[in-house]
Amino acid sequence: MTGALAIQYLVAGLTYGTIYAVVGMGFNIIYNTTGIINFAQGEFVMLGGMIAVSLHAILPLPLAIAGAVLATMVVGALIELVFIHWLSRPTVLRMIIVTIGISILIREVALLIWGHNVRVLPYFTGNEISAIDLLGARISPQVLWVVAVCAAMVALTTAFFQWTMLGRQMRACASNQVGAAVCGLPIRRLVTLSFVLSAGMGALAGCVVCPITYTQYGMGTGLAIKGFTVAILGGLGNSLGAVAAGLLLGIIESFTVSQLPTAFKDTVSIAILLGVLLLRPSGLFGARVATRA
Amino acid sequence: MRPALLRQVAAFVATVVVIQLASVAGEKAFLLTQLTMSAYYTLVVLGLSLFMGYAGQISLGHAAFFAVGGYTSAVMTTFDLGPFRSTAWVAAAGKVGLLATRTDAFGSQVLAFHPWPAMACAVLLTAAIAFAVGVPVLKLKGHYLAMATLGLGTIVYSVALGTATLGAADGISGVPPLPVLPGIAVGGNGSRIANYYVAGTVLAVSMLLLLNLVHSRVGRALRAIHGAEDAASAMGVDTAHYKVRTFVLSAAMAGLAGVLLTHYNGSIGPSEASIMKSVKYVAIVAVGGMGSLWGTLAASMVLNFLSLRGYFGTLDDAVFGTILVVVMLFAPQGILAIDLRRALRFLRPTRGAPAEPG
Repeated sequence: MTGALAIQYLVAGLTYGTIYAVVGMGFNIIYNTTGIINFAQGEFVMLGGMIAVSLHAILPLPLAIAGAVLATMVVGALIELVFIHWLSRPTVLRMIIVTIGISILIREVALLIWGHNVRVLPYFTGNEISAIDLLGARISPQVLWVVAVCAAMVALTTAFFQWTMLGRQMRACASNQVGAAVCGLPIRRLVTLSFVLSAGMGALAGCVVCPITYTQYGMGTGLAIKGFTVAILGGLGNSLGAVAAGLLLGIIESFTVSQLPTAFKDTVSIAILLGVLLLRPSGLFGARVATRA
Repeated sequence: MRPALLRQVAAFVATVVVIQLASVAGEKAFLLTQLTMSAYYTLVVLGLSLFMGYAGQISLGHAAFFAVGGYTSAVMTTFDLGPFRSTAWVAAAGKVGLLATRTDAFGSQVLAFHPWPAMACAVLLTAAIAFAVGVPVLKLKGHYLAMATLGLGTIVYSVALGTATLGAADGISGVPPLPVLPGIAVGGNGSRIANYYVAGTVLAVSMLLLLNLVHSRVGRALRAIHGAEDAASAMGVDTAHYKVRTFVLSAAMAGLAGVLLTHYNGSIGPSEASIMKSVKYVAIVAVGGMGSLWGTLAASMVLNFLSLRGYFGTLDDAVFGTILVVVMLFAPQGILAIDLRRALRFLRPTRGAPAEPG
């Protein structure tokens, strides 16, 4: 493999990797405040792309994207308020099953609204054939958009959790819910907020990748599996770990495709990640905490 | 064996017979085909019910175990060993009677494994995979098993879809019938009624074994794990050991179901390994009630039958999604466990008012 070709695959891997990273972070935000693994996470990405495509028919692109992100945030809030809010102390088993059910329902509704066809947004800058030269590899400007937007999201969320009052409250809620409640924090509202935040992130990611990967009603399942894998590998609850694991997964996948038939893309990456999981159950970047039974 | 258990199984056998007689009398014997298929899917669901309901764990990869069983059996019974006839191991396998020659649909001679040794290999392979995944993962708590089984499901699906030997997207067809008794075989041109009774017998025997298991020391240990794993562990229950055993047993049942249904249909395709299939199995266990084997059996027969007959049409996935959400929100113990009187209390105008007569 020549250097330029290797860079080409690396960039393709990074593009997918940033999406996995954002989905993985979405898992973490909800997991942190509620202890719930939200399997409908991938559906937020799909909804973002789909709604943006539909809105773009009547609105300019930036407004369509903003509208899509807002609409998906509303969906996130509704999921929490309708299904999750009034359950007190649900078991892990029960919550996994409920969110899987919700993801199927969202997918079916999307199928009803948008049908089987793939939908696509125009390139944000340039078009399908414009490319930037990077060390001999040809990079689409949209790839830069994806990487930049996702990196900005990661940076902003990290800053939000680190330095804002609301972010700190959510972290307090994550580390000790009872303690946070005793201090007078509005736990229920923070939980709803975590769903809204995570839905918004997924939707924005869905909009920026739409021109490259296209959006189809069923794309959420695959993303949810990848995002979940990434979240666990990064150490559940560790957002920067999820980012690193996401990029790694994207790159492994991209180089797998260069050597093996496309059908094995998922096989190799997930097998490697499962292997890592078995050796380091707390994840690549998680603290070695007592997760053993 | 406890008399209550015998009575339950006898009632099941009676139901099986009544349904058969009724279907023939009503000239709807064709329905027995879907009932037979439902019975094999029910085998998967029963194993999963044991694992979810009694051990309190979740597997999102049972379709993968089903597919491993089905594909192993399909490959072994259809892959022509004729060109390798002279190699040492093929000759040796032939001598011990593991191989059989038959004529395929195109009239050519095929030398392949006999269905019975193929079935044994398929079930053992499924159990071995479950063991290899289960031992490390079941030592961990929480979401790890969901992740690992989901990963396994994805891997098996894409391997089935991407491997030419496994027929890629077309799957494998032309799988020979599995002879059971002289004149009776699973699949092929075997009679519909005979096949129905074979499936019914497999189900009855499995129920008997499972019910015995859950009423034994193992069953009590599993319920203790489900209730409070730490407490069970403190009382000396080897929690990881019991979870692994249950997981392997439940996977082996899925593998066996895969073998039987593949022989019955004469084919298997990659859709059997899809994540949605695994999720459907989970949905059915949820409806039947965690920890109620009879409830699971009933739910599985009804839902699989309706789904196979196409009653849900294009809304098939939506039906199972709705089931998952509604049952898990309102009746996490299964629909048989709903306390009707408590549920109806919502309808009363004021709380604490005396109950209406009737």
